[in-house]
Amino acid sequence: MTEREHHDYDVIIIGAGGAGMRAAVEAKQRGLKVAIITKSLLGKAHTVMAEGGAAAAMGNVYKEDNWKVHFRDTMRGGKMLNNWRMAQLHAQESPDRIYELEDWGALFDRTKEGKIQQRDFGGHLYARLAHVGDRTGLELIRTMQQRIVSLDVDVYMECKVVRLLTNDDGSVAGAVAYWRPTGEFVTFSAKAVVIATGGVGKSWKFTSNSWESTGDGHAMALWAGAELQEMECIQFHPTGMVWPLSVRGILVTEGVRGDGGVLRNSEGKRFMFDYVAPMFRAETAESEEEADRWYDDHAAGRRPPELLPRDEVARSINTEVKAGRGTPHGGVYLDIASRRSAEFIRRRLPSMYHQFMELAGVDITREAMEIGPTCHYIMGGVRVDAETAASCVPGLYAAGEVSAGMHGSNRLGGNSLSDLLVFGRRAGMAAADYAESKAPISLNEAQVSGYIADALAPLGRENGENPYTIQHDLQELMQANVGIIRKEDELVEALEQLEVLKERTKNVSASGGVSYNPGWNLATDLPSMLTVSISAAQGALERRESRGGQTREDFPKADPELGKVNFVQRQTQGAGYLNPISISPEPLAEMPDELKALFEEAK
Amino acid sequence: MTEITMRVWRGDQNGGAFENYVMPKVEGEVVLDVIHRIQATTAPDLAVRWNCKAGKCGSCSAEINGKPRLLCMTRVDSLPDGETVTVTPMRAFPVIRDLATDVSFNFEMARKVPAFNPIPRPADGYRMQQIDVERGQEFRKCIECFMCQDVCHVIRDHEENKLKYAGPRFFIRYAELEMHPLDTNDRRELVREKMGLGMCNITKCCTEVCPEHIKITDNAIIPLKERVVDADFDPVAWLGRKILRRTKRTSEEAAVQPD
Repeated sequence: MTEREHHDYDVIIIGAGGAGMRAAVEAKQRGLKVAIITKSLLGKAHTVMAEGGAAAAMGNVYKEDNWKVHFRDTMRGGKMLNNWRMAQLHAQESPDRIYELEDWGALFDRTKEGKIQQRDFGGHLYARLAHVGDRTGLELIRTMQQRIVSLDVDVYMECKVVRLLTNDDGSVAGAVAYWRPTGEFVTFSAKAVVIATGGVGKSWKFTSNSWESTGDGHAMALWAGAELQEMECIQFHPTGMVWPLSVRGILVTEGVRGDGGVLRNSEGKRFMFDYVAPMFRAETAESEEEADRWYDDHAAGRRPPELLPRDEVARSINTEVKAGRGTPHGGVYLDIASRRSAEFIRRRLPSMYHQFMELAGVDITREAMEIGPTCHYIMGGVRVDAETAASCVPGLYAAGEVSAGMHGSNRLGGNSLSDLLVFGRRAGMAAADYAESKAPISLNEAQVSGYIADALAPLGRENGENPYTIQHDLQELMQANVGIIRKEDELVEALEQLEVLKERTKNVSASGGVSYNPGWNLATDLPSMLTVSISAAQGALERRESRGGQTREDFPKADPELGKVNFVQRQTQGAGYLNPISISPEPLAEMPDELKALFEEAK
Repeated sequence: MTEITMRVWRGDQNGGAFENYVMPKVEGEVVLDVIHRIQATTAPDLAVRWNCKAGKCGSCSAEINGKPRLLCMTRVDSLPDGETVTVTPMRAFPVIRDLATDVSFNFEMARKVPAFNPIPRPADGYRMQQIDVERGQEFRKCIECFMCQDVCHVIRDHEENKLKYAGPRFFIRYAELEMHPLDTNDRRELVREKMGLGMCNITKCCTEVCPEHIKITDNAIIPLKERVVDADFDPVAWLGRKILRRTKRTSEEAAVQPD
């Protein structure tokens, strides 16, 4: 047997999206030995799919904007379930994180004065999203990628981490991974580990997420003793493509609505005026005329209801379709063609134009799009300290979508890209601090060989089950029972069925060799997909109310008492997907009076 | 036709062969959907690289009927009806397995690009006009699918040229930096001497395959060639730069990555 490849680092970062790369920059600038490990190629992470922009109260378009307004919008969007301190740090620091991207070569769209242009988005009181047309995520990822290269950070590409390693004292020790091209295993010892693995959408049938979003970081952190919270809060983006079926779920940017697009049902009605919740009535237009004035001048009218937070819009679309006012393919219409010139649409929304033309044969400058909700983002994730992004496992940090708290129960569009930068940087700083104080690590060989054996098991198993079949059944189950609208009996059934899927996964088998074998790779993704699915279903069952990304048909209102708690999930350290997950309510940290006052003023 | 015959290359660096898969046709599908159905039913170990399935990440580049295409953006009904669809890996890069190729050449070339190095940020931030950023923005649309590299005849059948030729993807990167309103590094000599700009004889194959419709040849390579020539021979351009105080660094300085 050849010797296993091994590397020794101060800080390793799992995931090469915006948060992971931003963390790596910070740790590397401290002169530490840093590596990024990604299961895809560098520059392909899901961040690249972000379209509309990065929210930051720079005040370039509306000088009235400032961090306090952004903070208030974020908390209200999250239905006050946010970690207030994270929302505050995010609102205060995002402008600097955007300017920093310019220092590294990013080219944002400009205002007439030559400043960074900002666009309107749902839930943001002012035009606040720094953007590059509708491909802002690509700009962010390329800028960070080029920064990573210029700093000479080690990058392990197409290298999938299967488990985190821990020391006897419970602190993190590193990770075990395999190279996808060769199937060879590799171990990393690390004084600190930053998890930046993104989301979980691939456990649902209709999702805007890529194959990578299998919840690896959520699951690995839980198995290693970290806590998860708000796993029930999943954002269904209101506008995903619905036709053709093969592209169902692909994202249609909120920028379409920010730039003047409106939602209509099959009767041609702008139905969103019928769905304005009391919380948002004071600042939402009452007529189409008023809403249309707002686009040109925010002082001339109130916001169009199409730009309510995403949870509100997604639920409304769902209701319209259920009431029989949907399109032939089960969505509603998103119309910008009748409202803006073809030239404007092609300039502001080039990739949407391209996407619909190529994939659906629809010219969005002439026809309305058919859209419907798609599983897009998980607000829940690893429970972290606001200042440092530290989990409860010493040396283990989490940033970006895999962490929880920042967005409460519902994320505002544009707050993700800025979240990645603000908390990626904070995680990188804190991980570097921790690593500097820590003695070298030696790995527990029994732990390593056990995890490798688990990962290889599907290859040796004969006549087991096809991993694609299990994935398919999981996606159907989560879509049907833990979808946009949930209820008690369906959630109980989901948890029972997930137990069955766990048993089936024990018997999964993969044919072929270890080299670039997608069947085997999927078999090694299934444990994390199951763990996050169970966590989500458990949380959805326990949170008996409707709030943001958790909508219960049997508990349609928000419960003020449940608005004061997080549902926190735990496993014993070293557990895996087969072990039980506990869940319990824990009180939310209370906001200081000076911040509370911001919400009083607004009333 | 209710069925589609897919002829897919299977193998690794030691060789391989075509395998035929007959699949039912489904309305609106792209070629990647059919590959996925083959994986899920008959060949779970069929290797293909993909991520977003929306034409945004540039992972699923391969060759369909001999032409570089994104598998996720090629609709089956755009191909000749009733004819077998042949899918092969990109030819310019070594095969890992089946349709997945080793594109590390491109990541090595990326490391050789001297980094962006801006003028100091003024106290009230950088000011740039939209018209000035748009030139660079066109090149920053690149999704790094590397199909322009694959189709470029300088390296497609000439492995030996890879040592001295950056390829269209990186020519647009150099052009972007050259045209960046804030950058101070001068990479023109490097592009001419070490990156093989002169080997490109502007046949525009790269422009034709670009899924982002970047005018690689007209907007990047030709202007870059002109600027490189200016740097060498044109005293007026030299004087112009002096007068305009365009303080680009020399290629030797530029070759050093900043902190």
